[in-house]
Amino acid sequence: MSETVLNNPSIKREDSASAVDQSYMNMDLLRFTTAGSVDDGKSTLIGRLMYDTKSIFEDQLEAIEKSSKTRGDENVNLALLTDGLKAEREQGITIDVAYRYFATPKRKFIIADTPGHIQYTRNMVTGASTANLAIVLVDARNGVIEQTRRHTYIASLLKIKHIIVAVNKMDLVDYSEEQFNKIKKDFLEMSSKIGIEDIRFIPISALKGDNVVDDSERTPWYTGGALLSNLETVEISNDHDLENGRFPIQRVIEAEGFKGFGGRVDGGIIKVGDEVVALPSGAKTTIKTIETMDGKIEEAFPPMSVVVTLNDDLDLSRGELLAKTDAQPESATEFTATLCWMNKNALSVGNKYILRHTSNEVTAEVVSIDDKLDINTMESVNDVEDLKMNEIGKVTIKTSSPVMIDAYTKNRATGSLILIDEESNETVAAGMITA
Amino acid sequence: MQSYTLTHLKQLESEAIYVFREVVSQFERPAMLFSGGKDSIVMLHLARKAFWPGKVPFPLIHVDTGHNFPEAIDYRDWLVEEYDLDLIVGSVQGSIDKGTAVEETGTNPSRNGLQAITLLETLEEYNVDAAFGGGRRDEEKARAKERFFSHRDEFGQWNPKNQRPELWTLYNGRYNDYEHFRIFPISNWTEMDVWQYIAQERIALPSIYFAHKRKVVNRNGILLAESPWNTLLKDEVYEEKLIRYRTLGDMTCTGAVLSDADDLAGIIQEVASSRTTERGNRSDDKRSEAAMEERKLQGYF
Repeated sequence: MSETVLNNPSIKREDSASAVDQSYMNMDLLRFTTAGSVDDGKSTLIGRLMYDTKSIFEDQLEAIEKSSKTRGDENVNLALLTDGLKAEREQGITIDVAYRYFATPKRKFIIADTPGHIQYTRNMVTGASTANLAIVLVDARNGVIEQTRRHTYIASLLKIKHIIVAVNKMDLVDYSEEQFNKIKKDFLEMSSKIGIEDIRFIPISALKGDNVVDDSERTPWYTGGALLSNLETVEISNDHDLENGRFPIQRVIEAEGFKGFGGRVDGGIIKVGDEVVALPSGAKTTIKTIETMDGKIEEAFPPMSVVVTLNDDLDLSRGELLAKTDAQPESATEFTATLCWMNKNALSVGNKYILRHTSNEVTAEVVSIDDKLDINTMESVNDVEDLKMNEIGKVTIKTSSPVMIDAYTKNRATGSLILIDEESNETVAAGMITA
Repeated sequence: MQSYTLTHLKQLESEAIYVFREVVSQFERPAMLFSGGKDSIVMLHLARKAFWPGKVPFPLIHVDTGHNFPEAIDYRDWLVEEYDLDLIVGSVQGSIDKGTAVEETGTNPSRNGLQAITLLETLEEYNVDAAFGGGRRDEEKARAKERFFSHRDEFGQWNPKNQRPELWTLYNGRYNDYEHFRIFPISNWTEMDVWQYIAQERIALPSIYFAHKRKVVNRNGILLAESPWNTLLKDEVYEEKLIRYRTLGDMTCTGAVLSDADDLAGIIQEVASSRTTERGNRSDDKRSEAAMEERKLQGYF
């Protein structure tokens, strides 16, 4: 089936991909994050999902069997699969965001596995920033606790549209429907203050495998399907902003007789012939072609990376943005944002930072900290002087030149930013633009 | 009604193209580490897409251990000519001659550990501030926490505690003097994704990924190819087997798998039903449980 290239026996190229099963090539992709406190069994759940979908290989299993024995664990400790770094294995906790992969015939999954301790809010925010869905783990014995609130709040702050509350360790409460319903009621009472579009509750036992991959016979009172079937079917096609045409320019692409602009569509559906405005300059033109190495296309949508050419010869460069004229972003040098602080050096008013927003980079100053959120009570605290690591607060930011912003609730790409320390070059904050 | 969704392969492709364009815009002297393996071949294909119709705007660096499969070198040279690429070769033999690297002794001396030395020397010589690598997070536990933009200190070392948080796709490539970055555009790909993409895009590969007959010796469960650098131990013999390679490293440490998969459909089927990871055939990962993490700290991927 394979041909050799240029009669070179060292190189093979398939003459046609037709022999390959196409159904596996056309899966979609769900990114989700898992949050839970130390003993909620999060790593065990991920281990279970991977184990039961046969995503764990024999050599990995052998390695963890060996480690489990060395540690004196009774059963094979599935949590060891995800606890990758030495320090973590020694302390028995997850200290950073780890990414895990598995696939079923329906979907490919990317898991951002984040630790649940209070001091790791920043990791939770990081994991949540790219997720379509969050699994919040609750221990069936303990119910909704402060950490549950914190995780749910962060998921809502990062605009994760779908939340699955996995009530774990049901085996330790005799698979009690009453206990499950109580947790559900408590959770909904708490989350009603936050506002999340899609919340589902599933009684599981990660350790025993109940309702993880297969429906459990031990919860006949529950009919919402196992966790995996929910992950496979949750509708995510509308999670991108398809309304507001946004194309930040990443790079000018030049070749002989060709000049185009490379970038990723961050909002809306961009079509050939569309009228667009280059911001901040304000020059108007129309889309001439949309190009890829595989050929010209008629339209592009998020999150496609393409090259566009324009009908007028505009001198545009990285950091500028093409927006459809019918729905323009705001050009701002002063705006408010919710910041999650990520660095050991606290934020204080008057500090200057480098602000990165889409492909644009400007100098920014935080001119005021308007309030700080007590993430455990979800109450806001006024009269704030600084924001410390893992704290979340509303701030007002001034920039040296205009930034083309949307509210984060409208568009996750043009509504998000990071702050970078000018001296250490470290990323010190994640920001969600509010107005 | 038209559905505005992308397949998983299209999403991964778009993500990688985005990363390439970010790096070339944020850094001054990027380069791509090219091993001749399928991951670096896919990476190069994505780089061509990122800058098309322009040229790939950075050189490839091949760290040549001198212990390569000849097919890998043939492939490399064909690729460079076909796509008009710039190639830099860093030679492990050169580092040994200079005295910066010391050859292992024994029956099966591996130059695997020396690669990191030559790699760092080459990066320094060309002042590379961002080196693309084909590492994937699904390969090994220590890689599961790797960033797209992986910060390295002035000694080229990776400190798991000093990695920057990566929010959304807002990558921060700013660095201080003497620091640099490793960039992993296909972080989120699995072995299966790579093979499916090769099939979808009809990407040419070194022929040793496909089933062929070769003389191999079974040493501790690893099928090592006959090569000038491998000495048979007592009672060992080479036997001709129908094999192929799942990963491509040095001839001295890359194990073959018994396989009759001579086309991509066969390989994909094999990957789907495989019960061991591709790195399970790499003797270099087996030295200790944290082997990969330790080598990463030293500047290997």
